[in-house]
Amino acid sequence: MSAISLRGARLSYGDRVLWDGLDLDVEPGEFLAVLGPNGSGKTSLMRVLLGLQPLSSGTVSIAGGNHAIGYIPQQRALDQSMTLRGRDLVSLGLDGHRWGLGLRGRRERRVRVDAAIESVGGSAYADSPVGLLSGGEQQRLRVAQALVGDPGVMLCDEPLLSLDLANQRVVSELIDKRRREADTAVLFVTHELNPVLPLVDRVLYLVGGRFRVGTPEEVMNSRTLSELYRTPVEVVRVRDQILVVGAGACEEQTHHLSAEAVS
Amino acid sequence: MTFFDLLELDFVQTALIAAAVLGLVAGVLGPLVVTRKMAFAVHGTSELAFTGGAAALLLGVSVGYGALAGSILAAVLLGVLSRRESDRDSVIGAILAFGLGMGILMLALYKGRASNKFGLLTGQIVGVDSTDLNLLVVSSVAVLAVLAVIYRPLFFASVDPDVAVSRGVPVRALSVVFAVLVGVATALSVQVVGALLVLALMITPAAAAMRVTASPLRATVLSVVFAEVAAVGGILLSLQPGLPVSALVTAVSFVIYLVCRGVGAVRGRAV
Repeated sequence: MSAISLRGARLSYGDRVLWDGLDLDVEPGEFLAVLGPNGSGKTSLMRVLLGLQPLSSGTVSIAGGNHAIGYIPQQRALDQSMTLRGRDLVSLGLDGHRWGLGLRGRRERRVRVDAAIESVGGSAYADSPVGLLSGGEQQRLRVAQALVGDPGVMLCDEPLLSLDLANQRVVSELIDKRRREADTAVLFVTHELNPVLPLVDRVLYLVGGRFRVGTPEEVMNSRTLSELYRTPVEVVRVRDQILVVGAGACEEQTHHLSAEAVS
Repeated sequence: MTFFDLLELDFVQTALIAAAVLGLVAGVLGPLVVTRKMAFAVHGTSELAFTGGAAALLLGVSVGYGALAGSILAAVLLGVLSRRESDRDSVIGAILAFGLGMGILMLALYKGRASNKFGLLTGQIVGVDSTDLNLLVVSSVAVLAVLAVIYRPLFFASVDPDVAVSRGVPVRALSVVFAVLVGVATALSVQVVGALLVLALMITPAAAAMRVTASPLRATVLSVVFAEVAAVGGILLSLQPGLPVSALVTAVSFVIYLVCRGVGAVRGRAV
């Protein structure tokens, strides 16, 4: 049984169709990257999978239901004065959605939270206020927060954004480790493919209502992307990186990728 | 009369019980209010509690009920009108100003004792009678009971709204419920410290606690302790010299805040 399954999925707001006829199965242990320019419906796809946005037509199913999902958001600066330690953030991922004070089962919770923090190497700063941690440390704890609930599916919404290269590697490797060890399906929304390219099994590329699903080789080539963008786009492989060049439509990619190529 | 003679008086004992109950409720709510950046919302709500209290005076019903009605109305209005975060400040400002104006109009029409009018703004805890005390205790128990049920998801939604939404926490509904709880607590505080000084019990103790710890549990416990010290201590200090209760409550509260800021600055924020 697939971890994530979309059948004939369509999402539209009024006349504007974000995507239509989307059939997608993500298998346990598979790493799927979702790419596309802003406004192509990447975030809406995430909201559909989280159950926050109904499909206009078609069906969506997640093996194990909503609570089998571990969600990793973008790194955002957290309020420095917030009364919240790293371990509190992780603990919320376990049972923060449940009613009540949560006074029962504290010992078991502590064991699971400690294990999740340990698995991302965050024990040294788990008791510090989260607002004072670096972006990389915060994102590691975000991974722990998603893992602590033992998810069958991980939905990652640009989790590497605003991290430096070293931390991008650390965080993506933690996600990769999880899916290899526990067969967790990973759906990874990003506008930079290169940091996760070695990990990616398949790519879903969304552009202006059109989309293509396939291995990176099948999708990330000049012909396919030119068709998707409906304008000449050139894809170049430089060592183990993919550079997308040309067309104002993918300015965003060009910008990010060239910035990365320099570094 | 000596200090101990004063303590024997019925109205003083009633005032102390009221202050202790209020300290507990305000202390528990405070860290959530501060985390959700609702200080201005509390102030706006308390102004409408004042309006409600003034209307009650005019109609000849208990001020406690009037204040309660006013602040719950304010909480619901704020919840409905400020659907977007960016709207909230201006919506509160608009409602607050109108409510205060209406309150002043009603006080002008009221022909009773002038001290009743002044008391709404600056507090008159010694005027709390047994009916008011009953209302205060029952409302407080209700607030704490509701809070006990929604605490975890509410805390989740307050500190980490994006992930809370992804986990199915009804973030919007919780924020309206919380606004009503804050409204009730505000209405109760109005009777003790007055509409102008509610922040001294709802914000200052929590803000002080959050300066010295990053643990949510410890912050709540400290916030309750600080609010109790301010509320009960303020009354005790006011007895002998016969000074206004609210002046001493706010002074004690502020001293605690300054000390905590000092402690926090010296050692950095510990766990």
